[in-house]
Amino acid sequence: MSVRFLLDGEVIALDEVDPTGTVLEMLRMRLRRTGTKEGCAEGDCGACTVLLGELQGDEILWRAVNSCILFLPMLDGKALLTVESLGGGHPVQQQMVAHHGSQCGFCTPGIVMSLYGRAIGALGAEQSVADILAGNLCRCTGYGPILAAGEAVGRTPRDDSATVAALRALQAPSTELQFQDGLEGRERRAFIPRSADELAVLYTRHPQARLVAGATDVGLWVTKQQRVLDDLIFIGDIPDLRLIEETPEGVRLGACVRYTEAQAVLTNLHPALGELVRRIGGAQVRNTGTLGGNIANGSPIGDTPPALIALEAALTLRQGGNRRQMALEDFFIAYGKQDRQPGEFVESIFIPRPRETALIAISKLSKRFDSDISAVCGAINLQVEAGHIRVARIAFGGMAATPKRARAAEAALTGAAFNEAALDQAAALLAEDFAPLTDVRGSSAYRLAVAGNLLRRVWAEQQGEVMSVLELAHG
Amino acid sequence: MADHDIQTLNAVSRPLPHDSARAHVAGRALYTDDMPEAAGMLHGAFGLSNEAHAKILSLDLSAVRAAPGVVAVFSAADIPGRNDVSPFAGDDRLFAEGEVIYHGQAVFLVVATSYQAARRAAKLGRIDYEKLPPLLSIEDALAAESVIEPVQTMGRGDVTADLAAAPRLVKGRLEIGGQDHFYLEGQIAIATPQEEGQVHVLSSTQHPSEVQHIVARVLGLADAEVTVEVRRMGGGFGGKETQASLFATAASLAAVRTGQQVKIRADRDDDMVITGKRHEFTAVYEVGFDETGKVQAISITLASRCGCTADLSYSINDRAMFHADNCYFYPSVNIHSHRAKTNTVSATAFRGFGGPQGMIVAERVMDHIAHDLGLDPLLVRQRNLYGPGRDMTPYAMQVTDNIAPEIIEELVERSDYAARRAAVADWNKTHRIIKKGMSLTPVKFGISFTTTHLNQGGALVNLYTDGSILLNHGGTEMGQGLMIKVAQVVADVFAVPVETVRISSTRTDKVPNTSATAASSGTDLNGMAAFNAADTIRQRLVAFAARHFGVTEAQVRFTPAGVQAGVELISFGQLCQLAYLNRVSLSSTGFYATPDIHYDRKTHTGRPFYYFAYGAAVAEVAVDTLTGEHKVLAVDILHDVGKSLNPAIDLGQIEGGFIQGMGWLTTEELVFDESGRLLTHAPSTYKIPTASDRPARMNIALWAQGRNMEPTIHRSKAVGEPPFMLANAVFCALTQAVAAAVPEAGFPALDAPATPERILAAINGLKSRHG
Repeated sequence: MSVRFLLDGEVIALDEVDPTGTVLEMLRMRLRRTGTKEGCAEGDCGACTVLLGELQGDEILWRAVNSCILFLPMLDGKALLTVESLGGGHPVQQQMVAHHGSQCGFCTPGIVMSLYGRAIGALGAEQSVADILAGNLCRCTGYGPILAAGEAVGRTPRDDSATVAALRALQAPSTELQFQDGLEGRERRAFIPRSADELAVLYTRHPQARLVAGATDVGLWVTKQQRVLDDLIFIGDIPDLRLIEETPEGVRLGACVRYTEAQAVLTNLHPALGELVRRIGGAQVRNTGTLGGNIANGSPIGDTPPALIALEAALTLRQGGNRRQMALEDFFIAYGKQDRQPGEFVESIFIPRPRETALIAISKLSKRFDSDISAVCGAINLQVEAGHIRVARIAFGGMAATPKRARAAEAALTGAAFNEAALDQAAALLAEDFAPLTDVRGSSAYRLAVAGNLLRRVWAEQQGEVMSVLELAHG
Repeated sequence: MADHDIQTLNAVSRPLPHDSARAHVAGRALYTDDMPEAAGMLHGAFGLSNEAHAKILSLDLSAVRAAPGVVAVFSAADIPGRNDVSPFAGDDRLFAEGEVIYHGQAVFLVVATSYQAARRAAKLGRIDYEKLPPLLSIEDALAAESVIEPVQTMGRGDVTADLAAAPRLVKGRLEIGGQDHFYLEGQIAIATPQEEGQVHVLSSTQHPSEVQHIVARVLGLADAEVTVEVRRMGGGFGGKETQASLFATAASLAAVRTGQQVKIRADRDDDMVITGKRHEFTAVYEVGFDETGKVQAISITLASRCGCTADLSYSINDRAMFHADNCYFYPSVNIHSHRAKTNTVSATAFRGFGGPQGMIVAERVMDHIAHDLGLDPLLVRQRNLYGPGRDMTPYAMQVTDNIAPEIIEELVERSDYAARRAAVADWNKTHRIIKKGMSLTPVKFGISFTTTHLNQGGALVNLYTDGSILLNHGGTEMGQGLMIKVAQVVADVFAVPVETVRISSTRTDKVPNTSATAASSGTDLNGMAAFNAADTIRQRLVAFAARHFGVTEAQVRFTPAGVQAGVELISFGQLCQLAYLNRVSLSSTGFYATPDIHYDRKTHTGRPFYYFAYGAAVAEVAVDTLTGEHKVLAVDILHDVGKSLNPAIDLGQIEGGFIQGMGWLTTEELVFDESGRLLTHAPSTYKIPTASDRPARMNIALWAQGRNMEPTIHRSKAVGEPPFMLANAVFCALTQAVAAAVPEAGFPALDAPATPERILAAINGLKSRHG
């Protein structure tokens, strides 16, 4: 079997596909499309940005993605646009020249593609130019001219009718790829199931396989750690894992819903949750990475789990035909260890709608606001009635080996009068709940101190204080 | 002289786009990695030391050699010439020999049939070490007397006595972090073997001549047997001044030995681990001043982490000393500079070249004095500015072109400084959690290489018989817009459209013995050299046309409509064709050496700079006193580029430099672990500013009255580095906001970079002092 995709209207069939070969490498080395650049090979700089298109009914859903950590099987059945696809005269390109938006020019093709995506109404196109560009680093310009160029370009919709037809013809049933790895001297395999049922059967049969949804984490295992991954199951395109269900009780998200796709419903649940999602990765990462992946990989610094735990989210896990539910917090057992059986996968996440009266604060602390990993991610959910805290759910990321609840602080707050002293006292108790590490993102002392301050600020915020430097900056 | 003879300027001073802008946006601009590859090209990867300091007991590369796709492996024993890739001190090795002196040092090179094969094989080297204790910090190195050269001192007066006599005295300490260049295009070179053992190297370098000389030195070739070429870099910022040599030399060695073209492209992690960064500094100061805030005497002790070799650290630390005054007159002054030798990657050139570290100390001192006296820091700054009778720098150069007072005054107006400062004070009175700070800081940056002989430039201009012009000079393009500026200069010499001038790659076989494109000097040196080359041809053409058309030379004029010779008007192309037929040379080199500069490094006195570039910035920030997070709310900049050759390019340099400086002082933090390993070696952990970090309000203006007092090319001024230091305003504003968090508690000990953690620590430090 080969991987087949559409590039500027032409079907490209790649035989002998390394399942962890990257789209960037293929573009630059095999097709000699050198406009797309490698700046970091980890999805953080955006110099490799391309647009990926997939059939969605009678339209193409385009999204900007980092080709440096996009594996070749993820192209199967999709359309690809690179900077070369634009010719040179698109309004985005004209405005970039007119505003002096390039200096060294190395990041420029990626920036052009991100802005082009916004212009044609790609996924997330309603976001601000700065948000669209959060994953495009430029070291020369200081961004002003680029932001101005982005603002100057209106909507320029594409005529995708031919692409729709061509992609329909490309759609294939479940696929299995075999690759003879010459460097490793063994065969490596990739599976692309097309439904959750197929996945369930496949994964039961190959429980040793690695599930790959958006590859925004697994991609780095390959490009950064040079790990050789044998059997992979690509699940990012499985339609029934990409369902979003909004009910009065809450929101159910399929495991492979991408961050950008989840952003609107999560904002509806609570604005702070939407803001948290806005600050995950760059747009390219949000267009590819999934909520399920963020949970299933069990990272101690995953951005969404603390907030989801505080909001009482629950998981549905599936193994073959069997499903079980569990509270999200119970999923994380220890560093790198989750409550997941061989062949079992996260199918969906349910987040109950918070009560109107809930006091919810979600904070992500990092050296840089956009596209950074948190030093501390804190989520506080207090039910306050008649001046007393009835229920307190508090969870932190970056404070322990797993995303974890602050049980001692919760206990102290439960039933306590809602006032500054109670929060002070709870803050002091965080030292019983957590013994955080010192690493590149922050010292143990900072983490503990600032986590306590996140509790204290809930009170200050209730007093109507201006609390956010970000709001000030935009105000 | 450049402002003679040219009747009209049509290209110069216009805001033309970067010459490659259209190619950039179309993805058609070719970088080294994009060049067509020869069949059979090999890929190289380095095997790196994973010790900071150790003896190499044995080196077993058998598994590397046996790995799939591997063609050859090279280590120190395979070097035909000298194992020396240093700029001058002789202490940088291509491959470690006998010992390793930093974590990430290259020990061997593997070349293989693919990039992946080379990278995987490079991990298979077995190196047995005898660990030696590493010196990692400035303090440890100085305590062990490990330095790259003895302490340097400049100054004048009896500082001890003058400090004792001053009415008021404050002391302080400031830690200043390093910085990774984070050019988007990593280090890369492609070496292609030529006949008779010669080699051609495509290198992403700011210093082709030095790469040429080092390749020749290591390979045992004559300089003339090595050609180095660079069309453009995907950013440099100083990081490709000396650091490109390692990659170019290794590729050349492998190419000559295997007979194949060899490419070495460092991935981001290797690039950040292997190559040098901005020097980390600590500064200690003691300043005596009067009740108005005027400095009477000051003692500044700088210490920097130079890393494991000298690289350019002498000059970089010198430049830090040269800028520890910034715009301020110190009547009695001594500046000591310690240069610590550590087992960390050798620190290297980075935009500003030590200037930023020196200058931020001056700004810290001004803030400290103002805090001590309860004055507006701007007032203290203004009172200490150089001025009539107060115009001698600590290195005994008279400041004759001082425009800092005028620029500050105009910026105070433009930025509505007084009203906004009052508003900030009001805000801080009524807000408990979010505190604001605002600061105005000036910049005075010395222009010239302080190593005097480097201040020379060369160019080659060829006219062809169709009237097209090929421009070549020793400067390299890294995004700064050098090529378009120089093309504008040349176009105006002949009054032709700038499109007539074809820009070509920089090559050591066209223009030899060039200096690095560094020290903001690219346009000053190469613009003038290119002007001289073009002007030589122009004079020939004038003489020829006068002869040919029987008119006086004064009657020959180059105009946009064509060349006027008396009543005759012919196109520029026709003139070139005529000149060719009449055997007039249409090609010339040009040369320029900066006049009037000299410097005695033994006494640290002289006139190291041809002139100064000035500017000033106002920054307003907000700090969250519970988390340490901050946001830069507004920035106003007024900057002096003399008479701008290209205002669009200059504004781009100013904004880009400012944001890069802001990153240095805020989000960009280099973290090494206790074994000397760099932990922040990719953008996932090393955070340069993103689009949203750019302040929402950012007003940047060129100083309209700007005109270089010295006869530089069209009276322009250098712009590459000076704006970087405008970002000092951000750091000083953050200091103000931190101080406002705990009023009456003393002056905050905020260090750089001001990460949320450092800001919170500074606030908590004040709180604990307070009570």
